[in-house]
Amino acid sequence: MLDQLQRGAGAALWRRPWLRAVATLSPPLLWFLIIYLASLVALLVTAFFQVDALTGNIVYQWTGSNFSQLFTQSVYATIIWRTVLMAVMVTVTDVIIALPFAFFLAKIASPRTRQWFVALTLLPLWASYLAKVYAWINILSDKGVLPAIERSIGLPVTHLAYSTAAMWLVFSYLWLPFMIMPVYGALERVPDSLLEASADLGARPWFTLRRVLWPLVLPGVVAGSIFTFSLTLGDFITPLLIGGSNANFIGNAIYDSALNGGNLPFAAALAFVSIAIMAVYLVAARFFGAFEAL
Amino acid sequence: MNYHVRTRRLVVASAIALLAATALPAVTLSASASLGTPPTQSDRTPTSIGKGEGSLNLIAWEGYAQPQWVKPFTAQTGCQVNVKYAGSSSEMVSLMNHGGGGQYDLVSASGDADLRLIYGGDVRPVNMALVPATKNFHPFLQAPSFNTINGVHYGVSYEFGPNVLLYSKSAYAKAPTSWSVIYNKANKGKVTIPNNPIQIADAALYLSKTTPSLGITDPYELTQTQFNAAVSLLKAEHPLVKKYWDLASQEISLFQNGTTTVGAAWPYQTNTLVAAGAKVADTIPSEGATGWADSWLLATNAPHPNCAYKWMNYVSTPLVQAQEALYFGETPANTQACAYMDKLQKGGCAAYHANAPESYFATIKFWKTPLPTCDNGQNNCVNFTQWQQAWTQIVG
Repeated sequence: MLDQLQRGAGAALWRRPWLRAVATLSPPLLWFLIIYLASLVALLVTAFFQVDALTGNIVYQWTGSNFSQLFTQSVYATIIWRTVLMAVMVTVTDVIIALPFAFFLAKIASPRTRQWFVALTLLPLWASYLAKVYAWINILSDKGVLPAIERSIGLPVTHLAYSTAAMWLVFSYLWLPFMIMPVYGALERVPDSLLEASADLGARPWFTLRRVLWPLVLPGVVAGSIFTFSLTLGDFITPLLIGGSNANFIGNAIYDSALNGGNLPFAAALAFVSIAIMAVYLVAARFFGAFEAL
Repeated sequence: MNYHVRTRRLVVASAIALLAATALPAVTLSASASLGTPPTQSDRTPTSIGKGEGSLNLIAWEGYAQPQWVKPFTAQTGCQVNVKYAGSSSEMVSLMNHGGGGQYDLVSASGDADLRLIYGGDVRPVNMALVPATKNFHPFLQAPSFNTINGVHYGVSYEFGPNVLLYSKSAYAKAPTSWSVIYNKANKGKVTIPNNPIQIADAALYLSKTTPSLGITDPYELTQTQFNAAVSLLKAEHPLVKKYWDLASQEISLFQNGTTTVGAAWPYQTNTLVAAGAKVADTIPSEGATGWADSWLLATNAPHPNCAYKWMNYVSTPLVQAQEALYFGETPANTQACAYMDKLQKGGCAAYHANAPESYFATIKFWKTPLPTCDNGQNNCVNFTQWQQAWTQIVG
């Protein structure tokens, strides 16, 4: 009986390919729809509600006041601008550090050295995020490692802890591996013969770098920048822990309105700002061919 | 290609379907602008305490559930205590709104959160007859307006204290006598204050003494002009502030590292820093201080009500009140705690004002929820939402 049923089902599936596709695709598709899209839709819907000012309970009445507040109060423009600027600065910094490092890994280092350096690049990803940020607090704070070194060699002492510079430094450090790896991958795919051909045809190293290497590496750089940009855009812990008095980022504003303010609808509206920024960024990244490099 | 187009159409169609499904029956709740009676009434209040449920979930301030008094409680009652620490009153309200449904039993909210929780229906009345130790509480904490509405008790008063001026002794040989140090341009980058809208009241209290022409009598009931003056004072202070602290531990490390030398704090930070050997002290400046008066409030759908009542009883007893007071640096509600404080720490009772006359308590302006209905009967005060919005503008 069971055997027959199995055989019948098998035959039915074989005769109707679309049924087979539905059976294989529906679990992941359902997961995608329910877990991912539905939560996004719920987020969007919530952004159009409001909370009772006194009790903090959500009032289920459609209103656009969250968005109008977002666009009319200058403080949110400041927060969004600050966040985007930091994300850009961190991305540029990581590109500048990652390019020569990845070039060394892909083109100069011996296979043995390369293995070591790749391992060392990835090693910090195994450590806890919080431990790394606290380590930086210990390095930068006035009684920390850096001022101690500065004092011992007679340099003027920097007061970096709890400042914008500290956040920039920590972000750049935290996300660097996410930039190095795609750039390294892109560089590795460039055959050495191309560089030799360019030199044979009389191009100087700088020209080869600009006209041959850069266009080929660009998709890798853009792919890496998606990580560095989006990770900075959404972060709130680093600003909270090591930021100074100008450390309100989009993430912190969301955290404050959701947790401290108890204003989930406004937090949802804020979240949509970062989603919109990221959507624009991804479209631009696609234009530069970032997804071919992934 | 065709496949791609079809998938995309499928995704869009499903998204629309989901949108329609999630759009919920648009329930219309009226924003409770006028304060009537709280939604939870005393009909379900127990008349006796039953057997403990084996566990108890608290939302509390840091330092409110230390092992030295939690362990004996668990040993006595069999109630395992789980604590979620919150850094601000608003966070407590938010946790109770979203989890108070059936996750937490008690919250140690301060006066600025109590009315929000009570009118939000997040907490329910408490039968004070089941918490006999409250008879020995200071008279002004027997039925304070922040946790008792029309004679119905919505919480058991706990401990209270002033928000103090914390300073580094290496930067100040003598204790500063005025809050002006945190507004003084000479201290650029050396100041830290809490990241909390209620901080506007501190500025208002300072202005009530330094700019009497504003006519501020209650720092929580501010007319638009008074409110604007306090906000602009805080905006001018922004460049001096090194960090707006969110957690007590952040301020502790700011002072430990010598990054900041002066700031608004709780006595808890001072005690922790002094215990760690940092050269700091605190003071109540001449303008007076704001302060907090906490209550244990019982969640409407508390899963462990018996353990919750046992806890309210336990923390109201003189010994626990004394332990808590000494640990956190605050004043116990129970007047009998004084003797225990002296027993635990020489001079402890006087150090934390547990034996002070009632007139002393009148000098502390205790946190309360800013409401548009001020006591002056004019209904022209700035409400809590505006406090929050202004605070976002100040911190930027």
